[in-house]
Amino acid sequence: MSLLQSTQLRTEPTASAARRALVRAWPELQNPVAWLVALILVIMPLIANGFFLIEIFATTLILGIIALSLMFLAGYGGMVSLMQLTIAGFAGYMVAVFGMSGNANISLGWPWWLATPMALALATIFGTLGGALAVRTEGIYTIMITLAIGAAFYYFTNQNWAIFNGHTGINTVATPYFWGIDWRADIAFYYVTLGVAAICYFAVQYVSRAPFGLALQGVRDNSRRMAALGFNTNAHRVAAYAFASFIAALGGVLQVWNYRQISPGSVSVGACIDILIIAVVGGITRPIGPFIGAFIFVILRTFALDLLVKFGLDGNRFRLLIGLGFLAIVFWSSDGVIGLWERWRWRRRKPSAPTRPGGGRHG
Amino acid sequence: MTRFIERHPAWALIAIIAVAVLIWLVFAIWPPGLEQAIGRKRVFLNAVFNGITLGGLYFLVASGFTLIFGLMRNVNLAHGSLYLFGGYIGYAISAWTGSWILSFIVAFIAAALVGVILQIVVFRRMEGQDLRQTMVTIGLSIVFADLMLWVFGGDFYQIPTPSWLIGPVQMPLVTAVKSSGEPVYLQYPLVRLAIFAASCVIGIAMWLALNRTRIGMIVRAGVDDRDILAATGVRIQLVFVLVFALGAGLAGIAGVVGGTFQSLSPGEDTRFLLASLVVVIVGGMGSIPGAALGAVIIGLAEQLGSVYIPTYAIVVTFLIMVLVLALRPQGLLARR
Repeated sequence: MSLLQSTQLRTEPTASAARRALVRAWPELQNPVAWLVALILVIMPLIANGFFLIEIFATTLILGIIALSLMFLAGYGGMVSLMQLTIAGFAGYMVAVFGMSGNANISLGWPWWLATPMALALATIFGTLGGALAVRTEGIYTIMITLAIGAAFYYFTNQNWAIFNGHTGINTVATPYFWGIDWRADIAFYYVTLGVAAICYFAVQYVSRAPFGLALQGVRDNSRRMAALGFNTNAHRVAAYAFASFIAALGGVLQVWNYRQISPGSVSVGACIDILIIAVVGGITRPIGPFIGAFIFVILRTFALDLLVKFGLDGNRFRLLIGLGFLAIVFWSSDGVIGLWERWRWRRRKPSAPTRPGGGRHG
Repeated sequence: MTRFIERHPAWALIAIIAVAVLIWLVFAIWPPGLEQAIGRKRVFLNAVFNGITLGGLYFLVASGFTLIFGLMRNVNLAHGSLYLFGGYIGYAISAWTGSWILSFIVAFIAAALVGVILQIVVFRRMEGQDLRQTMVTIGLSIVFADLMLWVFGGDFYQIPTPSWLIGPVQMPLVTAVKSSGEPVYLQYPLVRLAIFAASCVIGIAMWLALNRTRIGMIVRAGVDDRDILAATGVRIQLVFVLVFALGAGLAGIAGVVGGTFQSLSPGEDTRFLLASLVVVIVGGMGSIPGAALGAVIIGLAEQLGSVYIPTYAIVVTFLIMVLVLALRPQGLLARR
């Protein structure tokens, strides 16, 4: 469907054509709700205090970034990768290993502006290699292989003391401080995560409409036909992994700055699966889905305990709630919360409704 | 076998040399130089035996996984939960009645029942939607893990070994020669050998059932092409339920075995899920002999790795998987 849309682009020699092209490239510009959400996010520090700003919104944005990388692979590439959190965790570990931390015998003590690009580059390479391995098989096997990679990395960090410091992990990781600003202070850090999240969101949006993204969606829908047209389908898939790995690595760096420590618990299999849950609950056909999913997940994780206790239940059953919610979403909507909302809106506007929006399909 | 040698003489040669070296290392009396280089023979032999018996346990878990995958294209990521569930049930039965054998039977039936319910209530509704089924199994594994944590808590449980299986047994393998010229024989726990023998019996029984009986023929035909099989009038839904029950039941038995020679705690479900994933990726999806070969390779790699390169043991397992994926993406013994 996206392929068809792109062929319909005609150049018109009027001034409004440029504007129309801009709107077509960035449909968010015309959506008043998007502007409202953006405005609220920008002035959030005026509304919310430190706890909400970091524990809810910054955490949502970070998890959203990592889940966004999964959404890119699954939604546009048709590859459900469970190792996105592993890539993020690898980036976090690399920040801790190359930068400064409380474990002086492991950390190399590089300044942040050297350690961070290094971590991003290594994590991207790691993710690309993992992707190159995963694309050797197809469809359902991808989940198994990426899950095996994620689990192997978790057990490896647990076993290895020389680099990853075993199950205690690396603590008191240094965070950037320059221009007289402590970038880990609540408000500054919130804006950093917001900026990175916005860049990642628009980058995914842009790539999905660029020739590469369209070819990737073609590979997802019919890889044999794309190969016959002369596209190197495997190269497209590996490139998609590289791009997604970079996004996941950005999320991982932010995450280690947020918690200031990293341990095998941060890259456990459960955490890898949480990222899948976030992406699927939000919806994996559009880049906004992972952020919605992350918001729901963080709200549940933070307040489920109080809520469950209020209803007279055991507060520790948070994961049961998450699991049942995930099952319900998978059962009744193939496109997460976005899908439910769209179906509802579509049903309301039925008489004048043109077509169902949303290009990708899944499941 | 001969066809494999004809088609890949180099690989066959490497495999034969590797097996020959392993046999020599197991049976020969090590020269002093070798003992200095890589340590005592007793340590090596123990690691090899632990690896093979662990491979037996992995086979029990992975054979059910690969059977379900092969027939129904359902990657059952809740398989680890079935393992742990079987283990807990086995523990409860063995603590209640004191009978080890009974705990196997009850664990098999309980896990198989859960499998039947899952197949009828959940997976039948979404047949052919591989990805959605997998997502559902992920959700189920979270729910099961939390329910089991709720009921059994975070403690470690160990199923007591029955008295007639306690104690070491002398193996006819010389580990060293004393200065007086008297040979020292290897001592090995009887229960692990018994369990390994049992898993061999189960494996052979499964192979015979698949290759020599009518129902096995139906299952094999279903692995090849289930649509045509359904078109010939076989009640394929019944076959699906039976195979799911068998696979889940095997996971339950494996839980009792794992609870006897290791321990049961939350997190073991993930460990055995990973093990069965790697085993079937290495051995080949949907192939029972592949699961057996993969299980022995992974078990040996894990145990030898943890003895000789302790902090990088998991990497060895992982490298084997990478190597297999790079050279033979469909797995060692898969046909397609």
